[in-house]
Amino acid sequence: MSAVVLAGQRTTHNRTQRRLSRVALYIFLTALAIIFAWPLLYTVYTSLRPFGEIVNNANGAFSTPATLNLNNFITFWNSADYPHFFWNTMVITLPAIVLTLWVSSMLAFAISRFSWRFNLLVLMIFTAGNLLPPQVIIVPLYRLYNLLPVPAPFSDNGIMYDQVLGLILIHATFQTGFCTFVLSNYMKTLSKELVEAAMIDGAGIFTIYSRVVMPLVRPALAALGTLLFVWIYNDFFWSVMLFKSGDKRPITAALNNLSGTFFTDPTLVAAGSLMAAIPTVVIYLLLQRYFISGLTLGSAKG
Amino acid sequence: MSQSEPKALAPAPASAGAGALATKKRKRHYSVLNRRDKVLLSLMVGVPLAVFLLLIWAMTLVSIVLSFTNWDGVNPIAFVGIDNYTQLFTTYPFFWPAVAHNIMWLLFFVCLATPMGILLAVLLDRPLRGSAVYQSIFFIPVVLSLAVVGFIWKLQYLPLAGNGFIDSAFVALGWMDPKHAVNWLGDPSINIWAVLVAASWRHVGYIMVLYLAGLKSVDPSLREAAAIDGANESQTFIHVVFPVMAPINVVIVVVTVIESLRAFDIAYIINHGKNGLELLSILITNSALSEAGLIGFGSAVAVILLTISLVPIVLYLSRVMRSESQ
Repeated sequence: MSAVVLAGQRTTHNRTQRRLSRVALYIFLTALAIIFAWPLLYTVYTSLRPFGEIVNNANGAFSTPATLNLNNFITFWNSADYPHFFWNTMVITLPAIVLTLWVSSMLAFAISRFSWRFNLLVLMIFTAGNLLPPQVIIVPLYRLYNLLPVPAPFSDNGIMYDQVLGLILIHATFQTGFCTFVLSNYMKTLSKELVEAAMIDGAGIFTIYSRVVMPLVRPALAALGTLLFVWIYNDFFWSVMLFKSGDKRPITAALNNLSGTFFTDPTLVAAGSLMAAIPTVVIYLLLQRYFISGLTLGSAKG
Repeated sequence: MSQSEPKALAPAPASAGAGALATKKRKRHYSVLNRRDKVLLSLMVGVPLAVFLLLIWAMTLVSIVLSFTNWDGVNPIAFVGIDNYTQLFTTYPFFWPAVAHNIMWLLFFVCLATPMGILLAVLLDRPLRGSAVYQSIFFIPVVLSLAVVGFIWKLQYLPLAGNGFIDSAFVALGWMDPKHAVNWLGDPSINIWAVLVAASWRHVGYIMVLYLAGLKSVDPSLREAAAIDGANESQTFIHVVFPVMAPINVVIVVVTVIESLRAFDIAYIINHGKNGLELLSILITNSALSEAGLIGFGSAVAVILLTISLVPIVLYLSRVMRSESQ
């Protein structure tokens, strides 16, 4: 009997304990969420303030606003020529995504038709290269880009360096490893009978690729496309290293030049950073599911 | 690439049917992959593979060769043996600081940022009101460019005269003497820590999402069994969930190490990786792709970075290899 009483006491005890730990959990998560959101919230706040107000306040940046407006965004849009740099980014990002998905889907499809050993070898070559820090290859790549002849419509200086084409090429090359890996894993989950049936019907390899396999991997392509957009859009390293002229650089790299010009005015730096960040944040919020599933596809198998 | 005709495989024949029928079927499959298909398949693999080998692996080899030369990009190349490496290890003042900073980066990630990401994943994995909102808040920094991350944190860290938030707030609250305001990014003894906080801000969310994905794939019956056996939540995690997450754990380790070795953008934006923010990756570009033109020397740094990077890469590949052969 005493055991029953004891058990009863223990459950009420456990219940209060569980409730307490739940409250503690919410407090912990909320505190952490505020800390994590702070830098971005502060950037939004700063971007809406007139610089003069901060300078003239005795407490500087640590002050409440008298006015909040979008003037910094307007200034940045006009004087820093934001649309131009945004266009530069798109001219690199969109073709690079299409090229990467096209090449890696063909690659993933084709290697699955070869022997298992060869299949693994190719995947290893791509995956290992994909993991290398890009700085390891930048010195020879920079020299190579300066030597590679490229004809007129694709290059205005006759070489690969300082050209949009060069950026598209290195992005597609670097991302192909990851995408091939993900797509080949995805294709392994597809039913083999479909491909076999198409072969027996006498369909050629290209027909099987474009009519049978491609429609089935569409979810994986959507996930990878979202991921690639964010990655390539966010690139800083390649565009700083492989572009000489500032006016060809994409928005992230251009921001670095602009911060020199606007260095004394943090409100403009804030507005500029936010405008550069908005496209990827919007894409993430709209296509969250694809984005996360892209990351998951890449890590689930290894 | 294709010196030999690639061995295109026909799909395995169906197991049903008499022997004669099976042979017939297999023959038919072989004839389905005609010459044109084989050429097409070889091109589909060969062209991207050739480009990849040229742009990534050939460049890696060239880096290794250049590291034994004193090439300045203008004068003829001369081999100088291991001179660049001797110079790096002995006289070059920025090499050991850069190594130290990369190690600090790694330790900071391993000891703080990565465990924090894992902790958040574990906490947010259970049914919790607002879990999706918390996840989004922690994850948003991951979709920002590191360049943007650098600028956002610069606004916090700018000196008092530049209206940085931290200094302005500390002075206004009386926590800091304005005459001795801290220069978070300019003081070489502390700026690396400031950068590490900024980098972790992004790393935590990345690890959280990768780990959450792994947790979702854990068979729920395992947890139920552990609960029936009387294990509490932390016991279940340590003894049941963590071990079955081995594949994800390897990914987390590899991502953490690789990200610490790739560290570049934030330090480059803040002061081009000088004055307390030296990193191996930036030493490469600062010496080889600058007016200095120290191509051989920069390549030697690249080779050292490559050598260190091979550790996580080999670890990762051996795991993939094992899971593929199973």
